[in-house]
Amino acid sequence: MIEVRNVIKSFDGKTILHDISADFYAGKTNLIIGQSGSGKTVLMKSIVGLIVPTSGQILYDGKDLLTLSHNETRLLRSEIGMLFQGSALFDSLTVLENVMFPLKMFTHKTLKERTKRAEFCLERVNLKGADKLFPSEISGGMQKRVAIARAIALNPKYLFCDEPNSGLDPKTSLLIDELVSDITKEYNMTTIINTHDMNSVMGIGENIIFLNKGHKEWVGTKDDIFTSDNEALNNFVFASNLFKEVKEYVLTQKQGHL
Amino acid sequence: MFLIKPLAQFGRYLMLMRSVFSIPDRWSEFFRRYITEIYKLGIDSIAIVATISIFIGAVITIQMVLNIMSPMIPAYAVGLATRDVLLLEFSSSIMCLILAGKVGSNIASEIGTMRVTEQIDALDIMGVNSANYLILPKIAALVSIIPILVIFSMFTGLFGGFLVSVFTQMITVTKYIYGIQAMFNEYYIWYSIIKSLVFAFVISSVASYYGYNVKGGALEVGKASTDSVVISSVMILMLDVLLTKLLMQ
Ligand SMILES: Nc1ncnc2c1ncn2[C@@H]1O[C@H](COP(=O)(O)OP(=O)(O)O)[C@@H](O)[C@H]1O
Ligand SMILES: [Mg+2]
Repeated sequence: MIEVRNVIKSFDGKTILHDISADFYAGKTNLIIGQSGSGKTVLMKSIVGLIVPTSGQILYDGKDLLTLSHNETRLLRSEIGMLFQGSALFDSLTVLENVMFPLKMFTHKTLKERTKRAEFCLERVNLKGADKLFPSEISGGMQKRVAIARAIALNPKYLFCDEPNSGLDPKTSLLIDELVSDITKEYNMTTIINTHDMNSVMGIGENIIFLNKGHKEWVGTKDDIFTSDNEALNNFVFASNLFKEVKEYVLTQKQGHL
Repeated sequence: MFLIKPLAQFGRYLMLMRSVFSIPDRWSEFFRRYITEIYKLGIDSIAIVATISIFIGAVITIQMVLNIMSPMIPAYAVGLATRDVLLLEFSSSIMCLILAGKVGSNIASEIGTMRVTEQIDALDIMGVNSANYLILPKIAALVSIIPILVIFSMFTGLFGGFLVSVFTQMITVTKYIYGIQAMFNEYYIWYSIIKSLVFAFVISSVASYYGYNVKGGALEVGKASTDSVVISSVMILMLDVLLTKLLMQ
């Protein structure tokens, strides 16, 4: 479980995150949603420690990230996997080497063991036969999967995904969402996903935090979204006519049940 | 007021260097990258160093013949002057200025691209000291390969002059060969090598600094790479004056 307590972040006097507090649960897909520029990436990078918040606390199962010693931070880092918006694969390394990289830097496994673990991870994300290719030689969806394989190579307790679906077609997006969700359940990870993709929200939104202009506007599950009367949330989620109709449909269904 | 920004930048540069110069997480990985960088920064520069040195060596020889030859001065002075120009200035300072363009822009754009595509963040999140992991092998590689490039440039430059003596009637081969050996001072070579070590450090560390601190996208990467070439060239020129004053007096 990760707890964010009163996190504020300003850049050059401009406040991007306004006093955010939120809980992210183990074994659940926790979503941070909001428009582009609402501060999702800044919040995620603050949680993982790539950005130091101006003030506030970040608790990983009770341990405050910001007060950890150098070695404790390193230890915690080895329990964190992160999937970046643009995959961020190392382009000088092959697919297999990318997945083996964290193993090489942080374990004392032999080459054979590392290869075995990396191949297992690649298999887990349904990617076979691409071992020897370079990131520039595979599609965006495949790159995302390699990045997931790399993120889970060290068996992390915490998984972070920054817009895992950006730049992917709807079908591939769905597969990636399912994969992340399955892995979360399988290893009981605390998974946090940044997204503005409504399909993801409706598909895997078990604990949703809605950010609006750097403020935490709303918290709930995907089912709560339909009944919420939060104006900013409705404007964001039901911006498209399709989702508006879905909402009306769901609401009439619900009333029918009562 | 105008001094504050450069000073702040210099402070950030020093802070970056502090994280660069720490013990690598994995020595095997450091050496692997070190060897790769030797190839990329050093071996791949040999062709350009050879080409430029041969031509400049030839031109210097021709200019020396045209400008200093007179009945008062012995013919071998051409070889001697060509050699001293190459040894003292060309093969270290000018060569490093050229490398600042080639190697510096290469380093800045490579690291800058890794920054904007979040590859550096990916390293940091894994707990790897990204500055140390990426930059130290580059600095170490360029600093250790530069003396070889400098000496290689001296030889090819002298060879360029030799070609002039062979293929033209401007100076005889014997006089040229005699000239480049006459009154040889070994210290000139040490002076050149010492200078080039400093320049190599400047080129690789300044370019890394600009690449590492890119914010934005592809456009900013290009700008960082240009900035790094400009700044390191200016620094090379200034340090050239300083080091010459210190080392030659
Ligand atoms: N390093 C930074 N320095 C200054 N401003 C930043 C920085 N990173 C992000 N911002 C600003 O913070 C705001 C939120 O950005 P971001 O978290 O990337 O939004 P998104 O929700 O699309 O991920 C944007 O206005 C952006 O310009
Ligand atoms: Mg973002």
